[in-house]
Amino acid sequence: MISNTLPLSLIDNPILSQWIAFEENGRVRVGSGKVEIGQGILTALTQIAAEELDVRPDQINLVSGQTDVSPAEGFTSGSYSIAVGGASIRLVCAEVRSLFLERLAETLRCPAGELSIENGKFLRSGKDTGRDYWSMAGEIKLERRASGTAPVKAPSSYRIVGKHLPRLDLPAKIRGSGFIHDIVVENMLHARVLRQPWRGAHLAALDENAVRKAAKHPVEILREGEFVALTSDSEIAVMRSSEAARTLARWEGGSPPPSNVGTREWLKAEKSRDKVTDIGHRGPAPIGRTVEAEYSRPFLTYGSIGPCCALAEWKDNALKVWSHSQGPAVLRDWLARALGLPAAQVTVLHRQGSGAYGHNTADDAAFDASYIAMRHPGRTVRVQWSREDEFGASPISTAMAIKLRAVLDKDNRPADWSIEIWSPPHAQRPGMNGNSNLTGAAALPNAPPLNPLGDVPDERGGGATRNAVAIYDLPRHRMIHHMLPEVPMRTSSLRGLGAWANVFAIESFIDELAEIAGEDPVSYRLSLLSDPRPRRVVETAARMSGWFEQRRLPEGRARGFGFARYKNIASFAAVVVEIEAEEDIRLKKIWCAADAGLVIAPDGAKNQLEGGIIQGASFVMREQVKFEDGRVSTDTWEDYPILRFSDIPEIEIEVIDNPNEPTLGLGEASVGPTGAAIGNALARALGRRVRDLPLTRERITATLLAD
Amino acid sequence: MSGSFDFVVNGRSVSVTCDGSVPLLTVLRDHLGLRGTKFGCGTEQCGACMVLIDGKPEYSCSREAQTVEGKAIVTVEGLWNGEELSALQEAFLGEQAGQCGYCLPGILISATALLDKNRNPSRADIIAALDPHLCRCGIQNRVVRGVQKAAAMIAAERSAGARS
Repeated sequence: MISNTLPLSLIDNPILSQWIAFEENGRVRVGSGKVEIGQGILTALTQIAAEELDVRPDQINLVSGQTDVSPAEGFTSGSYSIAVGGASIRLVCAEVRSLFLERLAETLRCPAGELSIENGKFLRSGKDTGRDYWSMAGEIKLERRASGTAPVKAPSSYRIVGKHLPRLDLPAKIRGSGFIHDIVVENMLHARVLRQPWRGAHLAALDENAVRKAAKHPVEILREGEFVALTSDSEIAVMRSSEAARTLARWEGGSPPPSNVGTREWLKAEKSRDKVTDIGHRGPAPIGRTVEAEYSRPFLTYGSIGPCCALAEWKDNALKVWSHSQGPAVLRDWLARALGLPAAQVTVLHRQGSGAYGHNTADDAAFDASYIAMRHPGRTVRVQWSREDEFGASPISTAMAIKLRAVLDKDNRPADWSIEIWSPPHAQRPGMNGNSNLTGAAALPNAPPLNPLGDVPDERGGGATRNAVAIYDLPRHRMIHHMLPEVPMRTSSLRGLGAWANVFAIESFIDELAEIAGEDPVSYRLSLLSDPRPRRVVETAARMSGWFEQRRLPEGRARGFGFARYKNIASFAAVVVEIEAEEDIRLKKIWCAADAGLVIAPDGAKNQLEGGIIQGASFVMREQVKFEDGRVSTDTWEDYPILRFSDIPEIEIEVIDNPNEPTLGLGEASVGPTGAAIGNALARALGRRVRDLPLTRERITATLLAD
Repeated sequence: MSGSFDFVVNGRSVSVTCDGSVPLLTVLRDHLGLRGTKFGCGTEQCGACMVLIDGKPEYSCSREAQTVEGKAIVTVEGLWNGEELSALQEAFLGEQAGQCGYCLPGILISATALLDKNRNPSRADIIAALDPHLCRCGIQNRVVRGVQKAAAMIAAERSAGARS
């Protein structure tokens, strides 16, 4: 059953007219605070709205992330968009449909059961009544609170949801258009900001003449505190001068990270706030064989192909900002606070950027553009970050250390299980912990001091603790979370937050326990899974890959298995990876089974799962942001290799049909299981386990030599 | 430093007066208003800026504009005629080969060059031709299928053309 309880987005935006309006051109405007970040959300939300209203998808005009007209729905993150934003649109559209039909039944003095809707036209016993949503729109007041009680359609009657609808945004993109980077307005002023290399850094010296000379074209230099902006009517001039400024600037003071930053030793030596959470029975600890293992992941970055970009205009006492922020309404509020404006004077209009896989610099670019625009009234300021700053000054996905410990019973099943995590927070988006978290604002004179940092609370999915509780039947479970609040960098969200590292650790550990038990790792998992729903996902992946049949692989090849339910409440995904490994890993084939409940856009779901598989593989095989002399030393793609065409094998995906269960977010579900499956395959291929990520040639060689 | 130079873009002769040492990408995007080609890294490492120069895929982000004097450039805008998409673009839509789409203009350029010289590319041929391109969303397998599909569509058109 699809639940009728009010989703959060509808509680925050309770009035029907905040969501929906009938436009004169025969289209329905549906608002959403959720935004397109490459995941196909606009198409899926359109399908949901069209389905409940009984209009064609091309009759829906989805207006997303425009703070003047769209509902405020926080951030587009955490795989919540369909489950919360989509559920809200479904309830709103169902209610609007009911209101119109009730009204028509009254007018025609007929039972509502005789009425139906096709392409927005109202029919009585299948015959056109001459009325439709648009002709009756004047009679129905939508300035009323959503009750959330109107009947929604049964999934078995769906005609649009769950069927293939080509991505609505792709035709423009295939022509090279549709991006914020491509907006051109008259009288544009290009700008780029010199970034502080670490928190609190003071600009001790900058040779402004040399900076101007490098531009080969007039540039203006705006300096306020540590905020240095270069502006010009030529973009190449600001690019050239900012490159020069980056090389010429001499910084001092502040808190540069130490040379061992990101290592297990560094994580464990940092000041921490500790929390212990027990699940299951306590009492005397069981006695038996004790197994321990420690895993770690390094700092990573989201690495979008296009650098972040924003435009802003300050005119008639109002600030208008074009941004690919994941939270336009939140950005509006925090831009206003950082700039000392009432929120009502700021409008943020979402425009699409390069893919977002976590907290990127879109919000920072929006602040840069806004701050500079207020000093150039009437001009539209365009800021586009450099690739180097995208690596060096962006929010960073934090390193983590994870220790697992199990006491085994006589059947080699865990009688006692604990996970201990050392990690800085995983979310410092605008507004979190009461901080603006806008890097430009922090560089200004008299910037407000940083409020103490917390991580995403466990009840909201957790940050470092996301997926830290293993999905298996464990009688005693302890989680020890060492939250490191004082690290000197802006650690923030990357696809799955702490989830994929926890899944890597847990699923590696499960394989280690299976090996101790002398059992097949999939059979061992199944022996710890009593719930039929996850069992089915594990069994499906095993069947797809012929896991139990294909025991003997060619020399040098091995398979690994990984499984998780994202956040333990969203989609389930099981992944099998076949690799070839000597000193390096070559991916040969990947299979994935997933259960996402009711799937709205079947091809979109597969696209997201496959994207998560490839990104998850890239995370564990290659990626690490490095530091040197207190600053990020990763500057280019050469320093930060990600998987390429030649690294990617064929991938088979099966999404289990489960239309009567609520939709579960799936954008992050396959990332963790893929990384774990690769680690497990590598351990089987080498006969040794590499527990510190990434699984590079150097790490593999070092592990082999260490034993 | 500022000078005038002539070349052909998408079949149209253009004359540009500017500092010839600026990147070709700047001339295409800022001077000629062809915003389809994308800036990605500026160091020839991601492929978002790929254009055809005399039929060969080349990075445009750091190549000096004055070096294309007299040459023929094709950008993503030149892959279709303003009404009908190219077979490759149609095939990409058919395969839904895209997520955020930022890398697509560059990939379409390299794939066009491949299909021009190889009518029936294998999976390995396609991967080799597209390996300079980074995609962070993970659409590589869809792109490979899109190129294969386009090759089949072009072959079918050719044989239909030969029969008629």
